[in-house]
Amino acid sequence: MTADVLEIDDALAQYDPVMGLEVHVELNTKSKMFCGCPTEFGAPPNTQTCPVCLGLPGALPVVNRRGVESAIKIGLALNCEIAEWCRFARKNYFYPDMPKNFQTSQYDEPIAYNGWTEVVVDGETYRIEIERAHMEEDTGKSTHVGGATGRIHGASHSLVDYNRAGIPLIEIVTKTIEVPGEKAAAVARAYVSMLRDLLLALGVSDVRMDQGSLRCDANVSLKPSGSTVLGTRTETKNVNSFRSVERAVTYEITRQAAVLSAGGKVLQETRHWHEDTGITTSGREKSDAEDYRYFPEPDLVPVAPSREWVEEIRASLPEAPSLRRVRLQEEWGFTDLEMRDVINGNALELIVTTVDLGVSPAAAKKWWLGELARAANESGKDLGELGISPTDVSNVQARVDKGELNDKLARQVFDGLLKGEGTIDEIIAARGLALVSDDSALIEAIDRAIAANPDVVEKVNSGKPAAAGALIGAVMKDMRGQADAAKVRELLNAKLGI
Amino acid sequence: MSDLIRKTAAELAELMTSGQASSVEITQAHLDRIAAVDADVHAFLHIDTEGALAQAAAVDTRRAAGEELAPLAGVPLALKDVLTQEGIPTTAGSKILEGWKPPYDSTMVKRLKAAGIVILGKTNMDEFAMGSSTENSAYGTTHNPWDLGRIPGGSGGGSSAALAAYEAPLAIGTDTGGSIRQPGAFTGTVGVKPTYGGTSRYGLIALASSLDTPGPCARTTLDAALLHEAIAGYDPMDSTSIDQPVPAVVAAARNGDVAGLRVGVVKELGGEGYQPGVEARFHEAVELLTKLGAEVVEVSCPHFQYALPAYYLILPSEASSNLAKFDAMRYGLRVGDDGTNSAEKVMNLTREAGFGAEVKRRIMLGTHALSSGYYDAYYGQAQKVRTLIARDFENAYHQVDVLVSPATPTTAFAIGDRIDDPIAMYKNDLCTIPSNLAGNAAASFPCGLADEDNMPVGFHVMAPVLRDDLCYTVGAALESALAEQWGGVLMTKAPELEVTR
Repeated sequence: MTADVLEIDDALAQYDPVMGLEVHVELNTKSKMFCGCPTEFGAPPNTQTCPVCLGLPGALPVVNRRGVESAIKIGLALNCEIAEWCRFARKNYFYPDMPKNFQTSQYDEPIAYNGWTEVVVDGETYRIEIERAHMEEDTGKSTHVGGATGRIHGASHSLVDYNRAGIPLIEIVTKTIEVPGEKAAAVARAYVSMLRDLLLALGVSDVRMDQGSLRCDANVSLKPSGSTVLGTRTETKNVNSFRSVERAVTYEITRQAAVLSAGGKVLQETRHWHEDTGITTSGREKSDAEDYRYFPEPDLVPVAPSREWVEEIRASLPEAPSLRRVRLQEEWGFTDLEMRDVINGNALELIVTTVDLGVSPAAAKKWWLGELARAANESGKDLGELGISPTDVSNVQARVDKGELNDKLARQVFDGLLKGEGTIDEIIAARGLALVSDDSALIEAIDRAIAANPDVVEKVNSGKPAAAGALIGAVMKDMRGQADAAKVRELLNAKLGI
Repeated sequence: MSDLIRKTAAELAELMTSGQASSVEITQAHLDRIAAVDADVHAFLHIDTEGALAQAAAVDTRRAAGEELAPLAGVPLALKDVLTQEGIPTTAGSKILEGWKPPYDSTMVKRLKAAGIVILGKTNMDEFAMGSSTENSAYGTTHNPWDLGRIPGGSGGGSSAALAAYEAPLAIGTDTGGSIRQPGAFTGTVGVKPTYGGTSRYGLIALASSLDTPGPCARTTLDAALLHEAIAGYDPMDSTSIDQPVPAVVAAARNGDVAGLRVGVVKELGGEGYQPGVEARFHEAVELLTKLGAEVVEVSCPHFQYALPAYYLILPSEASSNLAKFDAMRYGLRVGDDGTNSAEKVMNLTREAGFGAEVKRRIMLGTHALSSGYYDAYYGQAQKVRTLIARDFENAYHQVDVLVSPATPTTAFAIGDRIDDPIAMYKNDLCTIPSNLAGNAAASFPCGLADEDNMPVGFHVMAPVLRDDLCYTVGAALESALAEQWGGVLMTKAPELEVTR
């Protein structure tokens, strides 16, 4: 019996991975791609539908101009060429959550193509070529009821919610990505993470990964080290967090390496990612028999964005991420090393937003790369997935600045936020975290410290003012940490006459 | 029987304007006529007695209140059962939609209602408009009022037969390859396929999206033009709709002056395979136009001979995809949902039971034509032919203003005659298909009876995109000249239908 997977180092010693990433992004347009229905997440099932997105007989689609604009923005930000003329196409297949039994998509005429972007991993920059970005509509959402697993097998019936049907999607497809094997999984993660930042900066998507508004399919194949012959690829579907992208790619490398090194063949197939166990399992086998019978959508006229419009959109784009990074580093006064930590920690956008809210760059960095990064590491989540927003950080820091909290207490507030204990005020109240700002209480504590440490007072008086630190420590301890150390120092110095 | 049913729509409108008749009286007269003859003709699949009378009463009330009404307000109309009308059964002639009541009005119905036109009911058609005889309807064949043993044409045989049977003065059809014009020709009535994009497809149950065109049917050219004006024009709900003013069709129908008009007789649409009686009436009509001052020349459109095969690749391809939505999941027929079958199995069983033979044939043809490995040879090649046909038209319109041909190679045939021979059936549309492929305007006007069988012959006029008015110019000229010869329009020669009640 051979092992299911090889150790990653063993796998990479024998094989070079080749990846391709397909990312689906839900746009944040107010209405759907081909009708006027709203797109808000979480509405009661089938309340955001109309004859068009339900595919009722006779209904016709009309293209959402905002959707096209967002697609062009994404294309331009990924350095793509923008088609002067392109069409939608029908992708034909039967599935109950697809109202028309074809998906209106784009086939051989994508709106954007031939682009590139860069990601940074461990200080190294990797260029990723973009094949295309095209427009399409989302399907409805099926819920399988009555079975143990929630999957279709074993279910007694299925429910379909068509609220999602027709929500605009952009599919971004990379060309094959070949990077040093030991970096492959991290590059995949960095790419998806970079896309998230980019899409947020462009304002075209809310990129709520927990709501499925960014979904990644990872194609992975292996070739013997040094070979140029591509191996058979698998497509792992719906890998929906940054960390999962990294894990899924690593898993497929180790799984395929085990198959190949045992003399087996990798099947061309779709695989399912299991977040809980960290493995992929076989889905349907992908064969040539899968024929979507694409043809140009006859219900829609071609999309022909004028060059003036494209240039208008280009002019409105936020600055390129690489240039922006240089500018921010300068503005923030970070060292190269600090900036690298910020980027590797996926904290750039979070810090930008936090600083925009009035927090000093140093303080923003301190929280995001300190307490919060630690929490993210422990829970295996990305910083952005923690559930703590830049607004939260700004609100906590504001209390520190006002002297209501110190850093130690602030850490406890974050701990409370992470544990879902309520709002900042509720946590401060419940945990009793308010700093004592009453001078008389502090002065009493100082008096007690002086009385209890005559030797320290002696030292200070004999010309060693640095020794006063021990007294401050004693006061803070007496106050159970709920005092502003600077204030204590000020009062103590006045008392001791230094 | 009230003589109101013999009136044209224009005359009925005049009677209402002058207070000599109410819409309720006129609507009731037509409902009575339907009750009297439709058991034999079977033009209607659904008669909305209550709704029609309510609509009529509403128009009468508004008129009494002195409101400004649209020209055809209060005139009744028969609607092809392929257009959705909120709350009214809409089947497209198929079992798979039996019992379905659309929750929304098509743009066509919205405009009819806005114009105060009274919708009597839904008319019979070949299933999903696939056919040339109504024999493919899942609800029985419509009979030609000129000879009940013959088909009325199709797919819109119900709409045209309703006109010829005096069950309605106006009707709506849809024309994908001739489904308005061929039944018009076969029933001695007027049928107009507007420019593609000139009338909205929103709410038209799609057969072939790039070809389908709704349009007016009537017994006279002016009536068709009045209806055309009421229903045409830009619709933001249909992105293939043209945002341009509606051609001046009513003015053209009132004017009918062909002096100096350059008329091209299409060389390829005649000769072998054409019934002598059809050709005779066609050529007489051409001569008549010459006498009226038109400049007639022969024009060649060399690629028209490939129109039929190209059409029978493009249409099934689009149809195979358009008809995929009929899967039992959200509306219509559902077969096999007994708790033991998967959703996929229910889809299969429903489509097996719900679609007729011709529909299945075309779905299979289209599925094959779009398949990977065959796409270029079939669908791709057909699209190239389509471009060549459009170019033929373009070249022809450099030389002439309109093109003319017989509307059909033969007159209406006997029920059952061609139902087992699809190719013979498809050939009905030889003359009409090129206009659909190119998106041009085209129309059929009655031009007499064939000597062999005494059945109506249609005169086919084709005009450039958004020159629908030229079709009406020719139709009006021909109609008035022929009426002078005959002492009335052709319909006055139709045999009296036996009244069963």
